[in-house]
Amino acid sequence: MDAVLLVTQFLNGMQLGVLLFLVASGLTLVFGIMDFVNLAHGAFYMVGAFVCASLTFWTGSFLLGVLLALPVVALVGIVTEVIAVRTLYPRDHLDHVLATFGLILIFDELAHLIWGPAGIAIPLPVFLRGWIEILPGIVFPVYRLLIIGSGLAIAAGLYYVVSHTRLGMLIRAGASNRTMIGALGVDVQTLFTLVFALGAVLAGFAGMLIAPISEASIGMGNDIIIMAFVVIIVGGIGSMKGAFIAALLIGLIDTLGRSYLDDLFRLFMGGEAAETSAPAISAMLIYILMAGVLAVRPQGLFPPKVR
Amino acid sequence: MESRSANGLMGKVLNLSFNGWLMIVVLVIFAFAPVLTEVFNQPFYLDVATRLVILAIAAVSLNLILGFGGMISFGHAAFLGLGAYSVGIPFYYDIYNGWLHFALAIVVSAVFAVITGAICLRTRGVYFIMITMAFGQMVYFAGVSAEEYGADDGLSIYVRSNFNGVLNFDDDTSLYYICFVSLLVALYIVHRIVNSRFGMAVRGAKGNEERMRAVGFNVYIYRLTCYAIAGAMCGFAGALLANFTDFISPEMIDWTRSGELMFMVILGGSGTLFGPFLGAAAFVGLDVFLSQYWVHWRLIFGILLVLTVLFAKGGITGVVANLESMLRRTRGRGSSAAKADGEGPDG
Repeated sequence: MDAVLLVTQFLNGMQLGVLLFLVASGLTLVFGIMDFVNLAHGAFYMVGAFVCASLTFWTGSFLLGVLLALPVVALVGIVTEVIAVRTLYPRDHLDHVLATFGLILIFDELAHLIWGPAGIAIPLPVFLRGWIEILPGIVFPVYRLLIIGSGLAIAAGLYYVVSHTRLGMLIRAGASNRTMIGALGVDVQTLFTLVFALGAVLAGFAGMLIAPISEASIGMGNDIIIMAFVVIIVGGIGSMKGAFIAALLIGLIDTLGRSYLDDLFRLFMGGEAAETSAPAISAMLIYILMAGVLAVRPQGLFPPKVR
Repeated sequence: MESRSANGLMGKVLNLSFNGWLMIVVLVIFAFAPVLTEVFNQPFYLDVATRLVILAIAAVSLNLILGFGGMISFGHAAFLGLGAYSVGIPFYYDIYNGWLHFALAIVVSAVFAVITGAICLRTRGVYFIMITMAFGQMVYFAGVSAEEYGADDGLSIYVRSNFNGVLNFDDDTSLYYICFVSLLVALYIVHRIVNSRFGMAVRGAKGNEERMRAVGFNVYIYRLTCYAIAGAMCGFAGALLANFTDFISPEMIDWTRSGELMFMVILGGSGTLFGPFLGAAAFVGLDVFLSQYWVHWRLIFGILLVLTVLFAKGGITGVVANLESMLRRTRGRGSSAAKADGEGPDG
């Protein structure tokens, strides 16, 4: 095995992992606190990418584009929550799934109306375009390292917010007993809106990070949202720690599986059989993992404490 | 169920609820669809009707587990895909035998349902929704990476299933009636199932699982069996779909397809016998109608979906039943109040 390829693929897996975490953390927060299943969460990922693209072209700077796009995505999240999502909290999960499925159609079509059917690529600033030597003889794009770094930083920040601030205390309290914190005088409705907007911003930020690499396009949210769901199922729905560990795990397994599975298969089957079956199996790998986890632990790896 | 105060067939017909009338009207229209499209010289609409009827079979099968069983499956399109590939893959190897295609579609779907259902049914609530969706995606990616069978681009089917002259899949009208009769049979099967002891147990488990268990039913096995029946039925619909479109691709398994099937069931009225058919009709009808007028018709579609969930509890069937009871109440205030609570929707 080639060490250069292994390190590179490991970092690619980490990159996918942190992006998945950014999307899944919002999903798991919203589910843990509001008991709300949000299929349309991927839409914020897409909205983030598109808004950031427009603002980058408008301001001429990618960094400014990201900074300005964050409040826009928060606003989109708040508006969505107030108009449609709020009334859905008391309903059952089936209604959540259907209504947010409708929201996906609305968001995708609005994006089509505003930005047209083609994808938009965001040009990177010059200082982020280079490659860096991370180990002797192994080079990796600076920007991809930046994605991993900022994803990990946000994970750390989230951990701090959730476990060491007043907002985090309310979030944790809300996750374990919604009715009680309402009775204690906390404005639950505002808290819910805030949490929903926070989730939207996290997903939107992930979309902004990936846009320079794979461009902003309609339907980009629909691909990542399924993986994010797999992440929160494997990690245990409602658990932040579970989402983090499962996101990195699934990012790595998916990426490494795609590059190494046929080598692995070659060890115990013919070359041709390995070549035909490996792509299919590696594409299904994370779902097989999820099925395996659920078969043994139906509540996920790190289920949140009893509510 | 049927009216209790009926005297013979005539009385039964006169006592029909609004939903009963709606059912008869829709069935009559669809029974004569090929004639109607011929008279108005609109062959395009026979295509629409065929697609609609096939999707209705899939929706009816989903309703069996979702509406009656309370199992919210978000991966039902996988069975549609498995059924379709059961026609496409044998075709690729020059096997055109229709009996084999459909037997394969049913068996493969049922086996897949048993294997995945055995895992899915260990979970509850939102976990069940997501794991079924994930299994659907698994089939989707299997299709995407099946290079031999066209991968993403799909596979064109040039020869439809051959039933040695017993059934003719090549003629449009004949294919339509095969699909329509299949739908009727599917409706009958579901009707028989939900009113049998088995069906009562499954419905009981939806209402109160603990109690069913306490009474001594092995809820898991009942649900799994029901899941497999629904899967097989949807696989059958998939085989019809492949014959109708002459084309298979992973796109028909995508999770948004599963979402659409769910929408059909809810739109028509989940847990009612006829609702999914009405839902499929409304869905395909809107799809065809709106897409003629506006490129961005999906926007309206999405808004409609949200509004349906927010305001139209019980879907079309529920709205019609509400309308009826409202009318009866205002009209029957003077006369005997005894007739007021007549019959609601089936189930």
